[in-house]
Amino acid sequence: MKLGIIGTGAVGSAVARLAPEYGHSVVALADSNSAAIDSDGLDSERLLARKRDGESLGESDPGEALDGFYDVLIEATPTTLGDAEPGFSHVRRALEGDRHAVLANKGPVAERYGELRALEERSQGQVRFEATVAGAIPALSTIADLGAGNVTAVRGVLNGTANFILSRMAAEGLGYEHVLAEAQDLGVAEADPSFDVQGTDAALKCVILANVLAEGNGDNDADEAAVREPYTLADAAVEGIEHVPPSALELAAEDGRTIRLIGEVSQGSVRVGPRLVPEHGTLAVTGTQNILQLETRHAGRLNISGRGAGGPETATAVLADIGRLGV
Amino acid sequence: MTDDARPSGGRERAYTVRLELVDEPGELLNALEPIAAQGGNLLSIFHERGSLTPRGHIPVEIALEATPEGFEAIVDALRESGVAVVQAGSERYSEHLTVLLIGRLVGTDLSDTLSCLEARAKASVTDVSLSAPEGTAGTSSARLRLATAEADRTLSVVHEAAAEKGLDVIEPLTPGAER
Repeated sequence: MKLGIIGTGAVGSAVARLAPEYGHSVVALADSNSAAIDSDGLDSERLLARKRDGESLGESDPGEALDGFYDVLIEATPTTLGDAEPGFSHVRRALEGDRHAVLANKGPVAERYGELRALEERSQGQVRFEATVAGAIPALSTIADLGAGNVTAVRGVLNGTANFILSRMAAEGLGYEHVLAEAQDLGVAEADPSFDVQGTDAALKCVILANVLAEGNGDNDADEAAVREPYTLADAAVEGIEHVPPSALELAAEDGRTIRLIGEVSQGSVRVGPRLVPEHGTLAVTGTQNILQLETRHAGRLNISGRGAGGPETATAVLADIGRLGV
Repeated sequence: MTDDARPSGGRERAYTVRLELVDEPGELLNALEPIAAQGGNLLSIFHERGSLTPRGHIPVEIALEATPEGFEAIVDALRESGVAVVQAGSERYSEHLTVLLIGRLVGTDLSDTLSCLEARAKASVTDVSLSAPEGTAGTSSARLRLATAEADRTLSVVHEAAAEKGLDVIEPLTPGAER
């Protein structure tokens, strides 16, 4: 497939680098300033090296990349809330041009799900967004395989930064600020960590899961589900981990428990917050690991864990989505 | 019988109360006092001194006669005096709920918060651990273990009571279904 990649952060550039290995060529690569376009395929490594040296990616305007010769648009610009722009418009242009769109950007899927599906309906192209939920973990494709209607609840640890902080605090008895600074030094937390530690990032993933599950339950519950507006971040009850003191983790540990930032989608409600879980239980993953737990109607509980963030990890999910477009 | 001497009109019935007492002198007497004060008629006391609960408390089973109203008042009074009631009448507090409270616990009167909880929820606080590394004026954490007949309802009462005092609650993922 010919890929047009917009966004050259960790995920976008990893997709560009790995694409040839998966048999794809990159025909457009754009950041917010400029774009490189070549219908015969670009040398991603060279372009990204240029960018690292402070040069621009290419001679073209970023908008021109959207009209290019690609089969699939990879939307990997930073997640924005509310109108989810400019990501949403990028995807719209791809779909209106009857191209596929694969998103790593959570904004359009969490905040404008209904519009996204409506655009897809009118397009020859498809929308896929495995990479928006839990990085490399095949969350959405597992739900699709099971049938969304057979999944009654989903919960899990969906933010590696918050999980790193809580597990370090518990293991070392250190305070939040101290561990946050350490996480920033290690590159596990961003300079502005609010998206992660306030639970917003995990909530966006849960909202996306809620929308996917609601589609599957539409058949069973036609009257209610059909009229329900898609979920957005505003439907989620969200609490972060900034107020969790080391003393709370100590008291939890004395009782064989620990605290994790858990996202939960159950019976139509979306919730993210610090919760008590058994210290050595399935959900108490450590470090930057993520875990997703699915409750199914006929097959009990399924757990999938792994790396929930990172360039090559998330790119793996993007490339898996591209692979699914072929069939 | 002395029905006519009781303030309320209901007929007296026999009830059983199961308590868990701390192994300290005077605790049993403490627990019996509210029964007499509320006009209950003590029938028997089974003090299982040899069989401690996992938390080192002594289970005590008390049989008494009281009117339904009197019995309710006795259970409330027992809880208010800090006695852990694990079963009252036919109602067995078979579910356990552990929660953490975080915030200015001491400054907002933790014992008042706890009596509030017991009074509003059908629950009994069976264990409290407090950690206040910043001293009584700073942020502290408490772990509460509650015995209850309805973990879900008790949990929402915990949230209400905590919100009134500006405290954060960390609840288990599956209330009631735990050990």
